[in-house]
Amino acid sequence: MKTVLVAAAVFGMLTGAAFSQAPNFDDPEEFAKQREQLTATFNGPADQMYLQYAGDAMVDTAAFKKEAPWTVCFSNAGVNNPWRVVGYTNMTEEVKLHPEIGTFTHVDAEGSDDKQIADIDDLLAGGNCDALIVSPNSTAALTPAVEKACAAGLPVIVFDRGVTTDCPVTFVHPVGGYGFGIQAAEHIIANVPAGGKVLMLRILPGVDVLETRASGARNMFKEVGLEVLGEEFTDGDNAKTKSIVEDYLQRGTIDAVWMDAGATAVAAVEAFEDQGVDIPVVTGEDQQDYLQKWRDLGFKGIAPTYPSYQWRTAIIAAVQTLKGEQVPGPEWVLPQPAITQDVLDQYINEKMPPLHYAMCGCEDMPTYPNAWGGTE
Amino acid sequence: MSAQSLPQAPTQRRLPRINPVYVLVAALIIAIVVMNPAFGEPTGYMNYLKRVAALAILSAGALYVIVSGGFDLSVGSIMTLTVIGSSMLASNDPNSTYWIIPLMLGIGAVVGLINGLVVSYLKVPSLIATLGMMISLNGVAFMWSGGAPRGYLPDTFRFFGRYNITDIPLITLLPIAVICLVGFGLLLWWGMHRTNFGRMLHAVGDNPQAARLAGVPVERVRISAFVVSALTAVLAGVILGGRAGVSVDIGSGFELQAITAAVIGGAQLLGGRGSVPATIAGALALEAIFTLLNLLGLAQPVRLVVQGLILIGAVALATYQRKRAGQ
Amino acid sequence: MSDAPFTAPKRFRFERHASAILLLSAIALYVALVLMLGQTRFLTLDNLVAILGRSITLGITAIGQTFAILIGSIDLSVASVISASAVVTSVVMNGDPSMMLPAVLAVLALGALIGLVNGLVISRLEVNPLIATLGMSLIIQGVLSYYYNNFAGNVPVEFQVFAYGAVGIVPFSLVFMFVLAGCAWFILRFTRFGSDVYSVGGNKDAARLAGIKTARVVIGAHVICSLCAAIAGIYLASRLRSGAPWIGAEGVYDLESIAVVVIGGTVLAGGRGGIWGTMAGVIIFSLIDSIFNVAGVDAFVKQVLRGIIIVAAVAFYAVRSRRLVA
Repeated sequence: MKTVLVAAAVFGMLTGAAFSQAPNFDDPEEFAKQREQLTATFNGPADQMYLQYAGDAMVDTAAFKKEAPWTVCFSNAGVNNPWRVVGYTNMTEEVKLHPEIGTFTHVDAEGSDDKQIADIDDLLAGGNCDALIVSPNSTAALTPAVEKACAAGLPVIVFDRGVTTDCPVTFVHPVGGYGFGIQAAEHIIANVPAGGKVLMLRILPGVDVLETRASGARNMFKEVGLEVLGEEFTDGDNAKTKSIVEDYLQRGTIDAVWMDAGATAVAAVEAFEDQGVDIPVVTGEDQQDYLQKWRDLGFKGIAPTYPSYQWRTAIIAAVQTLKGEQVPGPEWVLPQPAITQDVLDQYINEKMPPLHYAMCGCEDMPTYPNAWGGTE
Repeated sequence: MSAQSLPQAPTQRRLPRINPVYVLVAALIIAIVVMNPAFGEPTGYMNYLKRVAALAILSAGALYVIVSGGFDLSVGSIMTLTVIGSSMLASNDPNSTYWIIPLMLGIGAVVGLINGLVVSYLKVPSLIATLGMMISLNGVAFMWSGGAPRGYLPDTFRFFGRYNITDIPLITLLPIAVICLVGFGLLLWWGMHRTNFGRMLHAVGDNPQAARLAGVPVERVRISAFVVSALTAVLAGVILGGRAGVSVDIGSGFELQAITAAVIGGAQLLGGRGSVPATIAGALALEAIFTLLNLLGLAQPVRLVVQGLILIGAVALATYQRKRAGQ
Repeated sequence: MSDAPFTAPKRFRFERHASAILLLSAIALYVALVLMLGQTRFLTLDNLVAILGRSITLGITAIGQTFAILIGSIDLSVASVISASAVVTSVVMNGDPSMMLPAVLAVLALGALIGLVNGLVISRLEVNPLIATLGMSLIIQGVLSYYYNNFAGNVPVEFQVFAYGAVGIVPFSLVFMFVLAGCAWFILRFTRFGSDVYSVGGNKDAARLAGIKTARVVIGAHVICSLCAAIAGIYLASRLRSGAPWIGAEGVYDLESIAVVVIGGTVLAGGRGGIWGTMAGVIIFSLIDSIFNVAGVDAFVKQVLRGIIIVAAVAFYAVRSRRLVA
């Protein structure tokens, strides 16, 4: 009896507290800022997007200057999706371009916060890092570990997801999630008349980088009055995506499909194909399979990107730091271009694997395309 | 001694016992059609059958291991390996399908053989053996592809999962996947319920010591069950890869769905009882439940809760029925 | 007739020492590898403490899982319990130090309740433990995901001491884990419940005929298992400073705790094994992880090897058994 009462109390507290402290994924300030940054001019060499940065803020790194050869350590959240695989290849190939990096130590947290904290501890106890690069698995959870590394005197470069401390040298990232959502939504708005119906397909709820994309798009659709048929979660599963689209097709027409990532974009397009229905506007990402499908079937597509060249920039930032040079900071905002119809052909390369991300900024590297799985 | 025959018990007219899973499937399909009349059209129900084909074939094969008293947790990773391996080897050549699929079946057979040998001769419980195999095979799939699959699946490969034969009178379209479902379903039914092998499977699952004393080659039967399970996993992988295309973790979660389907169909875990048609009906029921939940607009978390309740409910019901029937 | 007392010849009991043999081999392998690669900084005390400290969540969970497996059952719901307890901990505490104790009590009550339900479903409804705990896992995950889909609440700094505080170089949490293991060992070795656990695991029917209330033992073991998972969730919330619905699944604590228990010599069929074997298993897993880190092994190769190691370790114990295994 007592356990039942306690359980009831627990569940009461649970539901009561459900509405407290939800992270905010609808920040109008951030939304407006990213909307501007999408079309701003970036400083840096015109043909090397991974070196470009927004704004003028720089940080001094003279305190971290060290004699080569260096040991650069990297705590990776994981290589558990093709985007990270391309990014990690970018990173390791970039390391080869810098002979001053004597040792590159890489630890893989296999997608677990618990493990990544232990990995950073390992790297600190192992004692040999001259610089630490971190791609955090989640923002708040990894903050104490990053703070510990800073306290040990290491220059820390954070990229992809951030942490809630400003002790790292710089935080490398492209414009952001709202920006991605805005780019895809703008394309749909330009191609679908008012009153049109949009199906929003998302991978998972609660993932911060994906929530901001959806939030950005939702705001855009609300502005112009497009009807959102539904927001469905696909778990990143092709079969499920197809089933969802098929179900919606049975109930009526779909004028556009907005996707928060390109992983299942081809499956969504195929669902229309299989049913013999004309393909409407379907947004995707810069994977080769989506780009090629877009070209072959000629529908109105767009590929916003979350560029994997940021993995190169992280190494470059570390190298500049260890050389004592100034580095854009405390945030290094990289450009975030979208691939549109007019530049589509420049990015398609049929000799690359289907899940290769075209905006990798890697074509100028000597080992391209083989290191990324492509053929000559 | 008079030539009287022994008194006969009055013959009772009893209703034949229908496995509740068939009732469940019928009820679910009716509910779906009521909510969405388009489901009653050929495009509706044929798509549904196309969706469920991979799971149904997989579950029927997994049943072989369940009936023999074990678990096969590696089937999902075999599906993933099949799809990733095929995409790596195909290099977009349509003719490659003709040797890739047999090669994958061969790999599957080897995996099943290893599973069976580890369980029978190294005495490792099948839960652990196939768990280890699942972890390792997922690792092999990642290693082989470097984390991202290299090639596309050619259309000849995707034919099984994706292609529909159109313009058929009455049913309008017939997906190849449905033909596979019926064909392999019949084959697996025959293997389980009409051959001596099937009977030996039940014997081994029910009481392995008694089976051995009765002369059943227990190890060989168990190993064959794992091989069958692995082969059906390859077939399910071909069909699923055909429908869905290449992706990194395409088979993940299917092993538990297969066990769920078998359990809904009344199979007894730890062995001795199970029926292929009921398992296929269990897979149909599972997919129908998901479709119904989607139609009702219920979020994914609700789907998890429903899945959990059904799992426990189905097994509790089956156990209760068995106790009532005195077994 | 001689009067010499008959003394049984001393035989080397393999089962009792098997887990120690495995642990020593893993340690030897680690040391050899480190020396071979010339990276002796990995042999510092700091580093060894780090090795032990990396698997505390897993260790606490595995202590509970040992009880479940000892009675011949299994608990696949631990990952969801960890997620749920981490979320509840961080939501109830919500940054307020005065809510620390109520949060811990609430979570322990939740864990006990879940264990109770698991035990009842397994013993009264006679549902196979794999299915029962798998079903519970889905239900818990579903309920949790319905209310939360991201990190929620947060853990006050005072409570983060649990995960980050240390006595000298030894973390509190490591001491806590070993104290918990010690209590568990005490229960199994010196209490009636403990010996009942072994009896029920060894042969349930014989235990019942001998008068042991098997249902109570099953429920008790599952309550302990879920309590340990809840404690692991509290620790994880303290370590990650918050809780999210996916952290249990993210760390694969369900399958890994089972693997660690069986590597430690506890037999899946029940009745044999113990806590120190499990602890050896946890240390072996940590060593393997560290070995892979030192040797710079690719994450994918690591996965392949991990699967093989799990099977090989269990085969090491099991191959001499003459039982017919399914």
